[in-house]
Amino acid sequence: MEVPVIELQDVKKSFGPVEVLKGIDFRAYAGRVTALVGDNGAGKSTLIKGLAGVQPYDSGTVKFDGEVVSIHAPRQAGHLGIEVVYQDLALCDNLDIVQNMFLGREEIKNLTLNEAAMELQAQKALESLSVRTVKSVRQKVSSLSGGQRQTVAIARSVLRQAKLVILDEPTAALGVAQTEQVSRLVRTLADSGVAVIIISHNLADVFKACDDISVLYLGKMVASLKTKETNQGEVIGYITGLKTMDGVEQ
Amino acid sequence: MSNVKIATGHEGSAKDQINAYFQRVKSGDMGALPAVGALTVLIGIFTAAAPEYFLRPLNVANLFVQAAELTMLAAAMVFVILLAEIDLSAGVTGGVAMAVMFLLLREGIDWPIALIVSLVVGAAIGFLIGFFVAKVGVPSFVVTLGLFLGFQGLQLVMLGDGGLFKVDVAPINAIMNENLPTWLGWLVLIGGLALGILITLLDRARRTKNGLPNRPISLVAAKYGAMAVLGGIIVAVMNVNRSANAFKPIEGVPIVIPITLGILLIGGLILDRTRFGRHLYAVGGNPEAARRAGIKVAKIRIIAFIVCSALSVISGLFHVSRLGAVEATAGRTIVLSGVAAAVVGGVSLFGGKGRLMHAAIGALVITIIANGLGLLGWDAGMNFLVTGGVLILAATVDALSRKRSSSSQIRV
Repeated sequence: MEVPVIELQDVKKSFGPVEVLKGIDFRAYAGRVTALVGDNGAGKSTLIKGLAGVQPYDSGTVKFDGEVVSIHAPRQAGHLGIEVVYQDLALCDNLDIVQNMFLGREEIKNLTLNEAAMELQAQKALESLSVRTVKSVRQKVSSLSGGQRQTVAIARSVLRQAKLVILDEPTAALGVAQTEQVSRLVRTLADSGVAVIIISHNLADVFKACDDISVLYLGKMVASLKTKETNQGEVIGYITGLKTMDGVEQ
Repeated sequence: MSNVKIATGHEGSAKDQINAYFQRVKSGDMGALPAVGALTVLIGIFTAAAPEYFLRPLNVANLFVQAAELTMLAAAMVFVILLAEIDLSAGVTGGVAMAVMFLLLREGIDWPIALIVSLVVGAAIGFLIGFFVAKVGVPSFVVTLGLFLGFQGLQLVMLGDGGLFKVDVAPINAIMNENLPTWLGWLVLIGGLALGILITLLDRARRTKNGLPNRPISLVAAKYGAMAVLGGIIVAVMNVNRSANAFKPIEGVPIVIPITLGILLIGGLILDRTRFGRHLYAVGGNPEAARRAGIKVAKIRIIAFIVCSALSVISGLFHVSRLGAVEATAGRTIVLSGVAAAVVGGVSLFGGKGRLMHAAIGALVITIIANGLGLLGWDAGMNFLVTGGVLILAATVDALSRKRSSSSQIRV
């Protein structure tokens, strides 16, 4: 059996008396796109924030490439190779694409910014994702469409040589053509050997773009399915709690 | 791997580049263009209205000297306006620091030490403001308004009531009142141009080494050619004897001009080419994105306020040099003109957009209005009205261009 890039065992997290994650097991593999679905309040965001180091888990084991790790700060997650692309994208509108992709890790030569080297790497990262929609890497982000912004944010994780990329609702605000474009991008990213986790509410997109589907229901992982072996009806059943691991309830 | 090639903005002929520039302007990225336009129009109007006074060597020299104080204050303000903050105490901070310098001079301390101490006092005030804004979370408007009021009192407490306190230090008085020898004016111009060309050529060499395209060299030649012509005209005019007194010639570039340009150049290099500068723009554009990218937002804010206050001290020094005296009421009125100059020059109060040179252009616009209307014999009331109108116009242009660039992003 292949070693998953990320493996969670019996992960728990509470906020005061409220137990949000009640012992989660979860895996994501290199080269595969794993969807994390579940209704509002199921614990998706809490699960992701733990991986990102924003809100550490209370207990449980986190294995990265088979090794037990503890992630207590965003910086640690970054060092391991975990990149999160947030819904609101976290780009600076007033900076151009290169400046955004290198924000916080600019390359310096002779005490000054090495613009040429950064420009070249940004160009290569976008080209490795077969991006065709961006005209120039020196465009201001304010002039980009939603899909293009998502592209830049994803390309930034490529630049950082991420092993695990987590996308939070990547297509929520996008139109049909742009969603298609981002889905293709995600596939290219996974094909390059990166493990991708997508949080999404849109099951049609999930079925189109993802290899595996993990379903959270009220803080428990109720199903981990292969997309090929399931259908939308079954997944909706798990999301709404009508189905459980043990079979149909009632 | 695919063979899709994404452009870098450096491709194409000079014509393509010029078209791309107009495209950017159309989509709301105007930079200093409106201010340069206003400057040209104002120069045209005043030259036509007062041909025997306005573009004469004496008045041109006066203009630059008058603008220097304001330019320095506006440049100081740029560092905090880029963060969408404000420093209403910048003027009186300069005043307090100059009062400190005066007291030290009166104790017989050497002027270089007194000057350095006053700069340190300025930096400390900047740190204080930055601490309250970035760490405690008090809005900069309130913190600096408080200091604006408090420091007016502090100046009076330190210096005693009102009046002027003479500063008789030749090097300090020389800044605003003496000129470079004519040959040195030319040398400074040639040196400045050579430095600019060198930096540009090094950039191009680095791009070539990385296999990246460069803009046509003709554009570089045109840019520095234009700068050489403009700078040459200014130096030539400044080198003409502008004295009315036949026995005491006044000629040469005022010393304050190379000092001001030097500070703007260094500040510009820091903003454009260092990690700190990049992070300053990032925090101004989207603090949350900057934080998530690992930038220490509070630290950037504090440094920006320190730089602002330190540059305000230099503005205050120019004021002292011009008067030959420290004033107990210094810095009260100039501060709002400093904000106005930055905004008129195209620095956005919303943060993240603007350059130091914009502050200089804005300061020139405001100075020319006062100077030109004065030559025409219009009173101070008219000066305030026109300056106010120009400021509102500039802020409107900024707001409209933001609207345009945010609506152009919806387009796929």
